[in-house]
Amino acid sequence: MDKKLEPIVKTIQEKFSAAYYEEFRDEVHLFVKPEQIVDTLTVLRDEYNFELLSALTATDYWPQTEPRFHVIYQLTSLAKNLSVQIRVPVSGDNPKLPTTTGVYAVANWRERELLDMFGIEIEGHPDPRRILMPDDTEGHPLRKDFPLGYEEPQFTFNFDEIDLRKPYAKE
Amino acid sequence: MAQLEEVSIEKFKHLVSERALTGETMLLNMGPQHPSTHGVLRLLLELDGEIVVNCIPDIGYLHTGIEKNMEAKTYQKAEVMTDRLDYMNTMGNNLAYVMAVEKLVGLDDVPVRAQALRVILVELQRIASHLVWLGAFGLDLAAMSVFLYCFRDRELILDIFELVSGQRMMTTYFRPGGVWRDVPVEFEKAVRDFLKIFPRRVDEYEKLMTKNPLFVDRLVGIGHLDKDVALQYGVTGPTLRASGVDWDLRKSRPYCGYEQYDFNVPIRTEGDTYARYLVRIDEFRESLKIIEQALNKLPMGPVRSENRKFVPPPRSEIGTSMEALIHHFKLWTEGFPAPKASVYSAVESPRGELGMYLEGDGGPKPHRIHLRTPSFDNLAVLPEIVKGHFVADLVAILASIDIVLGDIDR
Repeated sequence: MDKKLEPIVKTIQEKFSAAYYEEFRDEVHLFVKPEQIVDTLTVLRDEYNFELLSALTATDYWPQTEPRFHVIYQLTSLAKNLSVQIRVPVSGDNPKLPTTTGVYAVANWRERELLDMFGIEIEGHPDPRRILMPDDTEGHPLRKDFPLGYEEPQFTFNFDEIDLRKPYAKE
Repeated sequence: MAQLEEVSIEKFKHLVSERALTGETMLLNMGPQHPSTHGVLRLLLELDGEIVVNCIPDIGYLHTGIEKNMEAKTYQKAEVMTDRLDYMNTMGNNLAYVMAVEKLVGLDDVPVRAQALRVILVELQRIASHLVWLGAFGLDLAAMSVFLYCFRDRELILDIFELVSGQRMMTTYFRPGGVWRDVPVEFEKAVRDFLKIFPRRVDEYEKLMTKNPLFVDRLVGIGHLDKDVALQYGVTGPTLRASGVDWDLRKSRPYCGYEQYDFNVPIRTEGDTYARYLVRIDEFRESLKIIEQALNKLPMGPVRSENRKFVPPPRSEIGTSMEALIHHFKLWTEGFPAPKASVYSAVESPRGELGMYLEGDGGPKPHRIHLRTPSFDNLAVLPEIVKGHFVADLVAILASIDIVLGDIDR
């Protein structure tokens, strides 16, 4: 981990209980709970110069449900030339997250994308509409249980895998 | 079959002001088929006479599900999708992608020649992208001839791309571990010719536009973007640098050996449309400097990593070596596995920070890939900066933030 980042991670861990971090290829992934995300971002922006929310996205770990999603906030500090990634595990049934538009205005469109692509409900969002897909789309395309174009034929080698995804196809 | 939902106006009321509901202001659709929106972008405008009160961008017309499609392909095959992302910056997209893959699998022995070639081609691409921007910008402001000149010069760059990769636009020339194959012998002469011609051409454009009173009157003081607002909205690239923020990933987080080249990052503090124009014009000259230095230093040697687990062996080896044959077979049938982890890697594209969030699941296909495209966030700031301007100025402002719809909708 970058020396300049160590005190920042430590402070976040002290301020928010249950925050822990992982490292991979010199990147720091800091895990916080959904209810802590707004405060975490506010602290990082105001006290540690993380001015830029570079990316806001999610990843789906279906069929795992607890947590099913990780929502990812990639922060950049221009003044200190640092990066840190905040990851928020979100549950699979009724996924919800408070809005962070108050902290970073860029989150407005990015959170609409989350809503559109992953079906994660953003509480308190000023404009909760789909952004890329048409308004009448069914489902959320980037979820792992959303098929890509066609149905996969069931053979012996992938029977179990497909069976797991489609329990209704049993009989 | 989905039931048709009854659409009520309540859902959209918050987007416009009170006055729109009484009919005092007018709602007008600009696009999706409008020459000044640079693609299929729809802007819903609320107008008070000719003054913009509200601007609501509606995107997604060009959404092709690139992120989802990439999840279903192996790491090598997913690369072709990145070309289709921002079609003005294909080399840059390839670079962002291969760098993310290299970081994820830990492939760090990319030869210096490949690095230098990557820099030369990416900078050429930056010039080509800015040329299209400059042409379209002129066209939007009724400077028709600039458009034709710009496309003439862009053709020289596309010829160089065809020379190295066989394709003018969808290049896929960079590969994980290096580049596809070495450049042909004509490459150096072609680039040198371009370097000889182009500085004069930039001066020509400046003569046509920079001090032209009609042009200056349309741009100075229009669409002021404040530094703090820009950062709040995640604006990056020349648009951010025109607002006085010194942030260029090539300087602050050098990749591909950018640290060895001597170049400046053009900064302006005015933050208006004219400043954004000047920053990009200066970037032409800086890119030329980088290309010249990289070409002078271009080392000889291999252009692909020797790590056979990720990079296919050359054809000549396959006939004589059993291992080479196995590696070739494994790489082209199964692909290479990547660890169950994630990386974020970003490069400076002509429009700003082009980031790739790449997550592997232990197999040969990515679990998740997110493309952090600069145009998406740059467009999000548009409603903030157009309020109170004329519709004609909106066209100039939109052109000055240089969006590509393929980049926004992905």
